[in-house]
Amino acid sequence: MSSPSKGRDDAPALKPLEFARWIWRQLTSMRTALSLLLLLAVGAVPGSLLPQTGVNPRAVQAYIDANPRWGPLLDRLGMFDVYTSPWFSGIYVLLMVSLVGCILPRSMVYLRALRAKPSRVPKNLLRMPASFEATTDLSPQEAVDRALRVVKRSKVVVDHGDDESTLSSEKGYLREAGNLVFHVSVVVVLVGVAASALLGYRGAAIVTEGDTFSNVLTQYDEFSNGALFDRDDLPPFSVTLDDFAATYQTTGPQRGAPLTFNATGTYVDGATGESEPYDIRVNHPLHVGGASVFLVGQGYAPVIKVTNPDGEVVFDEAVPFLPADPSYTSNGVVKVAEAEPEQLGFQGFFLPTFTTGEDGATRSAFPAPYSPILGLFAFHGDLGLDDGTPQSVYVLDKTDMEQYMDGDKGYRVSLTPGSKQELPDGHTIEFVGLKQFARFQISSSPGLAVPLFGTVAGLIGLIGSLSIKPRRTWVRARREGSRTVVHVAVLDRVPRVDLPADLDRLSERIRAEIEADAPDREGDAP
Amino acid sequence: MTLERLGQLSNYSVASATGVLALAFVAYVAQWGFARSVAAPALVTAGGPSEPEEEPDRSDVAASIGFSLTSLATVLLWLGVLLRGLSAERVPWGNMYEFGSIGVAVALLAYVVLVRVWGIDWTGVLVTGITTILLGATMLFTYVPPGPLVPALDSYWLVIHVIGAIVAGAAFLVGAVASALFLLKDRAERLTPDDERTGFLWRIPGSAAIDQVAYRVHAFAFPIWTFAALIAGPIWAQAAWGRYWGWDPKEVWAFITWVFYAAYLHARATAGWRGKAAAYLALAAFATFLFNYVGVNLFVGGLHSYAGV
Repeated sequence: MSSPSKGRDDAPALKPLEFARWIWRQLTSMRTALSLLLLLAVGAVPGSLLPQTGVNPRAVQAYIDANPRWGPLLDRLGMFDVYTSPWFSGIYVLLMVSLVGCILPRSMVYLRALRAKPSRVPKNLLRMPASFEATTDLSPQEAVDRALRVVKRSKVVVDHGDDESTLSSEKGYLREAGNLVFHVSVVVVLVGVAASALLGYRGAAIVTEGDTFSNVLTQYDEFSNGALFDRDDLPPFSVTLDDFAATYQTTGPQRGAPLTFNATGTYVDGATGESEPYDIRVNHPLHVGGASVFLVGQGYAPVIKVTNPDGEVVFDEAVPFLPADPSYTSNGVVKVAEAEPEQLGFQGFFLPTFTTGEDGATRSAFPAPYSPILGLFAFHGDLGLDDGTPQSVYVLDKTDMEQYMDGDKGYRVSLTPGSKQELPDGHTIEFVGLKQFARFQISSSPGLAVPLFGTVAGLIGLIGSLSIKPRRTWVRARREGSRTVVHVAVLDRVPRVDLPADLDRLSERIRAEIEADAPDREGDAP
Repeated sequence: MTLERLGQLSNYSVASATGVLALAFVAYVAQWGFARSVAAPALVTAGGPSEPEEEPDRSDVAASIGFSLTSLATVLLWLGVLLRGLSAERVPWGNMYEFGSIGVAVALLAYVVLVRVWGIDWTGVLVTGITTILLGATMLFTYVPPGPLVPALDSYWLVIHVIGAIVAGAAFLVGAVASALFLLKDRAERLTPDDERTGFLWRIPGSAAIDQVAYRVHAFAFPIWTFAALIAGPIWAQAAWGRYWGWDPKEVWAFITWVFYAAYLHARATAGWRGKAAAYLALAAFATFLFNYVGVNLFVGGLHSYAGV
């Protein structure tokens, strides 16, 4: 038996010109689309291996600093902003164009095919690769009518002539519909994603227990918005953090692994002005004012008080220390701008459960604050806050600062909660108590339903396009002498190797139908 | 029974499954080896004189031993997965070790079922070989004792998203095996002269039939992967991290895998790409899936890294 795909070439159902155009479409748009698809996949790779500005700008800077030769070159090629780079956008815009160029003509073809009658019955059915012959005493008309009961179809034309009756049926139209729905959905998703990125915004803020975050630009630690979002349109709301609770596994091999994080407090929706309690956990954000507030991080904020030699308080704040490992070994800086005559700066670490390792290094053994300790180096001079350049609160600018020394080692401040230490210049630093902070991500992505709807519709279309079998079935019954010869052929649009098995089943059922009744018991079945 | 004891039993179960699976692989290798000098059985018998009933040869015996051992390994591994879930008191796919074990378990189950449905026992040697390596590596390199979930994973989307990824991944494995065999058989059909057509490759179905099995398995897996990676994943990411897509390395590679399989499905319908090129695409796609699982978890990192890999 010849391969089923050969049957397609033999099929006289498509006119030569039509066929050539069909081939042309397949060759051009499909191949182009394929190459673009693969290009898109390859283009996405560097973004997963190199640090990305959108994800971690500090890692990008560190990478460039560590690779002075390649770093700037990669930067110019957009390798640190792969997914917003012109070349990546170029690939997917081209893919979109190719996609639309494919969908439009195919939709037209499909609509015409829906309205068209099933194809004419080919002249010689037995020349088709999947076909069989049967004979019966029924009249051609009856034979075709009976075959009609067996043939599954969504569209069928039965033609009764004098000595010949034919049947042409076609099923599986939904395959192409599914295919088109899927490809339209890809476009819908891409447009929806782009629109929600243009209209949305996202930022992050650290809020310490007892503090309130108000949704205005100055309160964000980081903020980015889409081109179509006006920063003055931030919806008015505020979130007060009353309590942050964390629990950790205290026993077993995964001791120290987090179990729960829970941020509780009250929020005020500016639109209603009413204050409501909230409870934000990982996977359970707070929705307010069209935005969502997610808990994405947490850490410790030691409350530090600095008093000058006259006993006046010059600093009294909870200072967030950023965690550097799963046991919350945290780093931070304290900037005491009010200290006189010279400003004071501190840089150091906070350990919730202090321990000394075998190598003599201090680190945290457990994330919960069982034996907290604050270790700081002290600096004096000018913090550089007045020259107008914005400064990170987590970095100490030591250009005009001088470190207090203790012999040839740095002078150390070492504090446990409630303890204090007098500095060489007479100031006193006190570790008053411990608070926790939550890192919230506030984001708004309007029109989220569009890509969601698009992917779900696309999935349904995809399943249809992969599972529905488009099939043409033809039957011709012709009187030859006293008997009727029935020819049946099936043709799949998609080449299949199990077509013969399907054909065998069809043949069995058609034979059963036309051989069911003796010719002398003609007429409709009861 | 204490939770520790259940965890221990799970380990024994997974370890013995690995051993039995390795034996199944040996049996399937023997099937291949014994078939070396045997000609292809006559395929067309209808109409011809009926041949005398043949004694099953050594190759067939080895194959049926291989299948029995694979079935046993499948049962043992599922038992191990179940016990693991009981000992951790949650769904048993919260870290790389558990994902690896249940992924192999699903792949083996798919193999055993498909042998019954489509008679794909000819994929046995590759399926057992690959799963033995995967399961062995999972036990050796990624084992962590059972424990509760980290907060980020404590969501019902863990069930939906990860089950989808596991089922799709297991089917991708079977599909890759079929595509690899298609390439071998296709090459043999083109290059081997008629009188030298002996051995294992000539006892398995023709390349067109293998290609169709490969296509069906991929066509089954692709929508599931679409759902797991591009629908369930983003919904969960939106709830957990406040963005449905952030080009996290895991997301990037899930997307690359999706694009490669999409390219495979298109290639199969494209003149000039049908056949060999499409099969190579399927293998490349599976390689991206494996890299996402092994490479991204162990070497790249990102938001999808959790307690002890």
